[in-house]
Amino acid sequence: MKLDRRTWFVILLLMALAALPLVATLAGQEFQIAQFRRILIFAIAAVSLDLILGYGGMVCFGHAAFFGVGAYVVAILNWHAGREVPLIGTWMGTNNVLVTWTAAVLVSGGAAFLIGLVSLRTTGIYFIMITLAFAQMIYFFFVSLRAYGGDDGLRFDGDTVAFGLIDTQDDAAFYYLVLAVLCGVLYAGRRMVNSRFGMVVQACRENERRMKALGFPTARYKLAAFAIAGATAGLAGALFAAHESYISPSIMHWTRSGDLIVMVVLGGMGTLFGPVVGALAFLFLEKTLPDYTEHWMVVFGPILLLLVLFARRGIFGWFLPKEERDGGSH
Amino acid sequence: MAAATEALLAVEGLVKRFGGLTATDNVCLDIRKGEIHAIIGPNGAGKTTLVAQLAGEVAPNGGTIRFSGRDVTRLPVDARARLGIARSYQITSVFRAFTALDNVAMAVQATDGHSFRFWRAARNESALRDPARAILERVGLGARTDVRAVNLAHGEQRQLEIAMALATRPSLLLLDEPMAGMGKDESERMTRLLARLKGEETILLVEHDMDVVFALADRITVLVYGRVIASDVPEAIRANPEVRAAYLGEGDA
Amino acid sequence: MATLLFLEQTLNGLQLGVTLFLMAAGLTLVFGIMNMVNLAHGSLYMVGAFLTATFSQWTGSFALAVPLAVAGTFVVGLAVETVALRTLYARDHLDQVLATFGLILFFNELVKIVWGPVAIFIDVPAFLSGRVELIPGAPYPVYRLVVLAVGLAVALGLWWLIAKTRIGMLIRAGASNREMIGALGVDIKRLYTLVFALGAALAALAGAMAGPIYVVEIGMGDSMLIKTFVVIVIGGIGSIRGAFVAAIIVGVVDTFGRIVPAQLGLPTAIAEMAIYILMAAVLFWKPAGLFAARA
Repeated sequence: MKLDRRTWFVILLLMALAALPLVATLAGQEFQIAQFRRILIFAIAAVSLDLILGYGGMVCFGHAAFFGVGAYVVAILNWHAGREVPLIGTWMGTNNVLVTWTAAVLVSGGAAFLIGLVSLRTTGIYFIMITLAFAQMIYFFFVSLRAYGGDDGLRFDGDTVAFGLIDTQDDAAFYYLVLAVLCGVLYAGRRMVNSRFGMVVQACRENERRMKALGFPTARYKLAAFAIAGATAGLAGALFAAHESYISPSIMHWTRSGDLIVMVVLGGMGTLFGPVVGALAFLFLEKTLPDYTEHWMVVFGPILLLLVLFARRGIFGWFLPKEERDGGSH
Repeated sequence: MAAATEALLAVEGLVKRFGGLTATDNVCLDIRKGEIHAIIGPNGAGKTTLVAQLAGEVAPNGGTIRFSGRDVTRLPVDARARLGIARSYQITSVFRAFTALDNVAMAVQATDGHSFRFWRAARNESALRDPARAILERVGLGARTDVRAVNLAHGEQRQLEIAMALATRPSLLLLDEPMAGMGKDESERMTRLLARLKGEETILLVEHDMDVVFALADRITVLVYGRVIASDVPEAIRANPEVRAAYLGEGDA
Repeated sequence: MATLLFLEQTLNGLQLGVTLFLMAAGLTLVFGIMNMVNLAHGSLYMVGAFLTATFSQWTGSFALAVPLAVAGTFVVGLAVETVALRTLYARDHLDQVLATFGLILFFNELVKIVWGPVAIFIDVPAFLSGRVELIPGAPYPVYRLVVLAVGLAVALGLWWLIAKTRIGMLIRAGASNREMIGALGVDIKRLYTLVFALGAALAALAGAMAGPIYVVEIGMGDSMLIKTFVVIVIGGIGSIRGAFVAAIIVGVVDTFGRIVPAQLGLPTAIAEMAIYILMAAVLFWKPAGLFAARA
């Protein structure tokens, strides 16, 4: 079997990520494992955004809110379990990741469904502003939740054992769990975008009017895609909560939604794997640029502008076969 | 015989106003099963607006549209499409980044149940690809299946439009100026395609080219300033003095 | 007592409303005419506030500093439009979002370099300090009344500009039908630049006047920007009238949203959320806003 450049790139990068804990340990830089685990968690969120942004053409400027909702669901359940404070009736929350992560996915997916229900009635500039405004609403909701720390956030004892197999306190084990989830999301995402459903979503991006004339009730497909993307972002948020054992509304600040869009475009929109590259590049820059200048944003802002003007294909886009570059239907 | 001539589409007293302009003025229209029914009229007669109302993209201010005996006046576009009304656009409207085959397969998919199927690769489904290939063959694009729509010639894109409309297996085809912007050769090819469809499909044809209209149409409706001034078989339309005065006499026939 | 509180809060709400209108007026035109998403509008609000702080220090006069800051931001607007935004009009919305998001980061950091990271407090100028008993028993800050008056005056001036002048005619034409102004043989590039800079100046005025009420700090424009979005969504893109009505509604609802739930013993979580719930309700009912400029 002959592999193209793209496949080589994906394989090499995934192998490098798989080898990272080992390399970091050998180099005596164990703290890097947690660093990269955080990056991979954001990569999952970025991939979920690509489903609607890249494939569906929906410029959602509130994706960090779904990430945050997922994180808060886990945090609140854990906090109650840790403090033995009743949450509903006599139920004191839980530390069981099967329950907490599933709840995170369902609640953030449900939030995305409701927000999508209103937002998707609009298009273009309206859609961008409305998703931003709804995300802001959720942000303020958690800011004003005094019982869970409000602005200051919530510290809790996270789950320690995931699925009875993986100890989330073990940096490397948890890292591999996150990497596995990322690979699973990438694989499922790949299946989905090429499925009948995925084709419908992409065709809606291309020409929604035509889709309606063909007989597709487009609204419900777009809404489903929006909810799936929100639920997946919620899963990433759940992982993030377990990763940090601390959560505050700042993770769903509106600039975080902007960061996610930047990751997707920087890496290569509508490619699923591109956002992984984008998350790596973005969070790497965010970490290293401050070493050169305290005012790195003054450089990074214009870089974004130049990126938009001259390199819309993104980093991963350069590795795509030529015929896939411009139309982006695959 | 009565069943054969019963109206598939029945339009009664349709009215559409844009501000002070009446684009559709009390239009009544019958399309019978199996016929090619042409709508002609000078520019600005309201032909495209009429098609948009029949397809459900524009809501009329008054009147009713009945399709297969059912009132569809208030139904949205996609619901009408599922009942069997398919359309092509005056300005080519295809999925530009998709290949010709992808375009038609999408249309086939529209009639093949819901699309909440998340796992199997749609491009490997013979249930979608085989019928799509057959239809591309039928409209003369059999050799161009894997070319992206954006890279097709203008005339080929128009053929693709027809193929997509056909792929939904409609009982009524609304063709809005299928020859728009075509060269002579392309027009001839399209005319032959429409001639092949004659008798197999029920077609409402909006067209400027009078030679094509009189060659293909079973009946013709003449629209002037949104009003129907005549609706009859081609010979009667040709002989109609009012039509000649209002339209054919203008010299572009 | 409840009546007095009500009246006082109504005035507060109106004052926030006119401030939001100053923000929304320029932005809704940029959206409507250029079909352009500009996230950096909040940055111009911030620049206006910081320039006011500096000019106040230099001249020792707030009254002099405000027009200077507005003029300064007008120039900044001209520069930003010419250098960066002009090339984005033809791009899709995602490009515009990204590029202007980059501009926000740039401006926030630039302000930090020039003015430092510490928040600045501007004193209410002496001649506008104090309170006046507009309503017997409820002394109200003079400065806030002046802000309200200036806002209303600018709104009136803007109405005159849009309704009665040739430029206004072109702007109206542009907001409802972009192709038309091209057909009128107008130099669209210059019209665009002018509209953008005008919007920048209005945002700067809002920022300048907000300075003594709130704090002048980095990122102060961001939360204003999002509230402005809510105003525009409710009012309808491209509609000045819609922007005015919606700004007043949002200003009043936001102000009362902070008072009423606590008074009624409701959870205060609703406070910040009130305007977003309002927006969702309007959208569900009218997806194109209350006064959609385009059919």
